[in-house]
Amino acid sequence: MTATQTTAAPTSAASAGSRLMQLLRRRETSILVAIVAMVVVTTAVRPTFVFSGDGWRSLLLNPAIYIVLAVGVAFVIISRSVDLSVGSTMGLTAFAIGSLYIAWPQMPTVVAFVAGTLFGGLLGLVNGGLVAVAKVPGMVITLGTMYIFRGINILWAGTTRINASQMGPDFLAFGNSQVVGIPALTILAVIVAIIAGWYLHNTRSGRELYAIGSAPEAAELYGLAVSRRALMSFVVSGAMAGLAGVMFAARYGTIASNAGTGYELQAIGAAVIGGVAITGGVGTVAGAAFGAFLLATINSALPVLGIDSLWQRAVVGALILAAIILDRVLAVRQKRRLIAERMEP
Amino acid sequence: MTATTVGYREYGRPRWQRILLTREMAIVGLLLLTLLVAGLAIPYFADRLTVYNLLRDMFATLIIALPMALVMITGDIDISVGSMVGLSCSVLGLLFSMGVPFELSMVLVLLMGAAGGLLNGALVAKIGLPALAVTIGTMALFRGIAVGLLGTSTVTGFPQGWTDLTKYEIGYTGIPFIIVVFLVLFAVFVYLLNFTPFGRGIYALGLNSEAAVFSGVNRDRTRIILFVLAGTMSALGGIYWTLLRGTARGDIGDGLELQVIAAVVLGGVSVFGGIGALYGVVAGVLLIGALSSALRLVGVTAEVIKIITGVLLIGSVVAASMITSFQNRRKKVTAAPSQTSVAEPAPSGE
Repeated sequence: MTATQTTAAPTSAASAGSRLMQLLRRRETSILVAIVAMVVVTTAVRPTFVFSGDGWRSLLLNPAIYIVLAVGVAFVIISRSVDLSVGSTMGLTAFAIGSLYIAWPQMPTVVAFVAGTLFGGLLGLVNGGLVAVAKVPGMVITLGTMYIFRGINILWAGTTRINASQMGPDFLAFGNSQVVGIPALTILAVIVAIIAGWYLHNTRSGRELYAIGSAPEAAELYGLAVSRRALMSFVVSGAMAGLAGVMFAARYGTIASNAGTGYELQAIGAAVIGGVAITGGVGTVAGAAFGAFLLATINSALPVLGIDSLWQRAVVGALILAAIILDRVLAVRQKRRLIAERMEP
Repeated sequence: MTATTVGYREYGRPRWQRILLTREMAIVGLLLLTLLVAGLAIPYFADRLTVYNLLRDMFATLIIALPMALVMITGDIDISVGSMVGLSCSVLGLLFSMGVPFELSMVLVLLMGAAGGLLNGALVAKIGLPALAVTIGTMALFRGIAVGLLGTSTVTGFPQGWTDLTKYEIGYTGIPFIIVVFLVLFAVFVYLLNFTPFGRGIYALGLNSEAAVFSGVNRDRTRIILFVLAGTMSALGGIYWTLLRGTARGDIGDGLELQVIAAVVLGGVSVFGGIGALYGVVAGVLLIGALSSALRLVGVTAEVIKIITGVLLIGSVVAASMITSFQNRRKKVTAAPSQTSVAEPAPSGE
């Protein structure tokens, strides 16, 4: 409704002005402003936060895993479901890749990434398949698989952990390499996010996810393959979590059975803060990615600002609540405006 | 006239079937079977101490499952309960270490639990936010404050009388005294849910929210009260854990929400709302507890128990959905011919 009116605006100048206003009003913009503010304030307190090789590297590298996870979860949330198992999927995949390296020490780095993504996708297929068969909310199924995947991981790993010496040197070198000052893993995460964003925004099946999330019954009546798309969203989420698991292995080099614990909350929180509405049908990949960047930045900025990092979860919680309340207020205001517009002759 | 009675006989089930062939009874049966098999096959399972430990460990889950069942019957969910348990531990420890009298501290913690529930309920009912999103937020918020307040320190040295109370065993029966507290709470919740207009309104809201509102159910008030109950019971659970362990830490109750929700769903509460009974929920909690303690006795590690909890949760919802779709299909098959037979005699009778 608003979109058609904007494009139908008479003069190009007005159109450009309103487009600028729209850009400023977007959630992505406000998150970006928050990130910049956070970085500026923290750098003012401690200049090495940005202006040092190490600081710059962690600032960019820390968000990489969160971005990939949040983008995957965004697919599921946009189709009005939720995936609580991404943390467990990520941990299990990281351990699987580590074990694969022990069995095949010469495994090329590319194979590790592809294998991990496929493995995660397979776990996502389990989630999606169960949701499709049982026709119950994804929350319940993924709550169960969150337990199961983690349990399998601990059962498999026991108390052993996989160390850097057991993984390929090329693989670990890639995890810590930089291209023109930007960590390779961050570049990978951004590329994945761009592809995912393009897919959701431009392809038919991507748009169908929004339709399903906005009104599942209407999508069904319209003839969309609702359960197949839902299945796909879980596979994407699982594959992203798998990729995040490989990135985790490549970056840290040490994998214990508890790797990725609690990451599901961070991923969902990042997506929600970035404007992906938990009621489905709303949100962008860019928003989820920026949300992830903000969370990771808060993580590393809190200790610098003299706040114990233990408070990080409280900040995340407050941000989630603020984001959903803001979403609601904006939605109510837009609804009122649309009604007012309809009232006018 | 005769046609309708025939119809009733055909579709209605005898009373004994209606009572025994339910989802809840299936779980009760499974629980009894587990107890029987484990009691016979596993040495020391039927032991006094095993029973005592089982009931003591499940107390917090039991009391939180009661309001959680009510919340889920209305179609909402509260995943912040585990964090509220942790926050209650922290605040209780902090108040006590600051010299506040212990009894007063406990009252304050219960009030804080109610306030936390009020926050959830107000955001859900008054602002109209989805319960899942709100409680994901408060889950992180409460846990963050819990671990932030105490940091890495712990508080110990709680009054002996109170810590002993949580361990007190009634005679040599293997039944901890706190189970009496649970039974009282259980009776209160059963009364509330099954014998008051408020409780019937909870089912009505879960089945059809709009229709319930038009029938005079106060939707906002009901939802808020249920979240307040969930918060208060979580605070009680937190006080209990603190006293039982004798230490207050911020990370207590981590993951408890998952166990509670798994038990509630396992106990037959529909994830879509509107369906469920409290005795089924109690059976669900006890089933998870009994399986865990049986497996622990035969040397199975806690990780396998995690897997089994997950499998039980998924298995129960998948089975329930399969049974429903099977019944619907059968109903369609049997309904098709009987409709014609009902329609035929009607004109001849006139």
